[in-house]
Amino acid sequence: MVAYQVYNRTTGDRFSCEEGQSVLKAMESKGYKCVPVGCRGGGCGFCMIKVISGSYECGKMSKRHCPPEALENGEVLACRIYPTKDLVIECHSEAGNAAD
Amino acid sequence: MRKGVMRPGHVQVRVLDIDEAVQHYTELLGMIETDRDDQGRVYLKAWTEVDKFSLVLREADEPGCDFMGFKVLDEAALNQLEKDLVAHGLEVEQLPEGELKDCGRRIRFTVASGHAFELYADKTYTGKWGVSDVNPEAWPRGLKGMKAVRFDHCLFYGPNLAAVYDVFVNVLGFHLAEQVIDPEGTRIAQFLTASMKEHDIAFIHSDKPGQFHHASFFLETWEDVLRAADLISMTDTSIDIGPTRHGLTHGKTIYFFDPSGNRNEVFCGGDYTYPDHKPITWKAEDLGKAIFYHDRVLNERFLTVLT
Ligand code: FES
Ligand SMILES: [Fe+2]
Repeated sequence: MVAYQVYNRTTGDRFSCEEGQSVLKAMESKGYKCVPVGCRGGGCGFCMIKVISGSYECGKMSKRHCPPEALENGEVLACRIYPTKDLVIECHSEAGNAAD
Repeated sequence: MRKGVMRPGHVQVRVLDIDEAVQHYTELLGMIETDRDDQGRVYLKAWTEVDKFSLVLREADEPGCDFMGFKVLDEAALNQLEKDLVAHGLEVEQLPEGELKDCGRRIRFTVASGHAFELYADKTYTGKWGVSDVNPEAWPRGLKGMKAVRFDHCLFYGPNLAAVYDVFVNVLGFHLAEQVIDPEGTRIAQFLTASMKEHDIAFIHSDKPGQFHHASFFLETWEDVLRAADLISMTDTSIDIGPTRHGLTHGKTIYFFDPSGNRNEVFCGGDYTYPDHKPITWKAEDLGKAIFYHDRVLNERFLTVLT
């Protein structure tokens, strides 16, 4: 099974993510809480992160939370990205406010 | 005082992927697909419902709720309610017969919380699914998943609850079954009904308008709610909270999410109300118990995760 390392440089947490698994799902299944968990479906914006380096594929995400500009900046929803290389991510403390 | 609004009739929900959504609402909730239209919308119903559909799914690039519709007694009631809404100062939009397939003309208006509602008098009567109108069997074979009984209510988050109360109670003839009051005496949640059910629609205060908290579907028993929880695990569906009990309405419930992040509820039980019942009041200080009767604490997600 291919797995990629995800490093959250905001919190210092590191966890592995299997191929085809979303970053949020990998985080939850390893028992970490470093990204807020909402709907897990790309709809609520709760799990917003910024990818600093690495590459990934995206599932469908709400345009309200992930407009094209955000996508270009690597600002994506952790429940809807699937790493294809090791990732370094940041999660902003105001991430939860994305839903307000 | 009743003004001819009978019941929740339909809700149109936006989804990111129509195929995944149809799979969720049919295979997991056990609703029945009844039609599709040339806009690509999919129409579904729960098995005990007598009209052709109660849930309309529309693919869009952000999830949420387009509108919720209530069925009224007849065309005369619809005409009167339309006049009353206009007299109340609301803008009323006309949707012609057939705009939703097999549904009569609808009127649509947006209340001060930023949510759109509709009234209509006619929809094609298809009868309960899988059982006859004469000597009906107890239930139909071939139901899937949670075997949802009916679309029951929605909960919306938004501002200006007092103005919304005014429309629902004074114009549409709902009554207030339950409320949450903060220490200053402001109503921060209102559970409104046009029937004997403890809520046909509910609102919770939030500064941001137009937010969708959940669409809820009725199940018969607590055993059914536990079975729903089993199915949520079996299908690795995103769970929110439960099985548990609400303080508000005392319904027994579980919350989960559809594949686009819209929250669903299935529940059983719940109190009853008549128009002479005084509203039940919950104190905002005890909101944890009001919402989750067992945990007695709110989870952050319930208050902030919305579409
Ligand atoms: S948890 Fe809702 S968008 Fe990711
Ligand atoms: Fe509910």
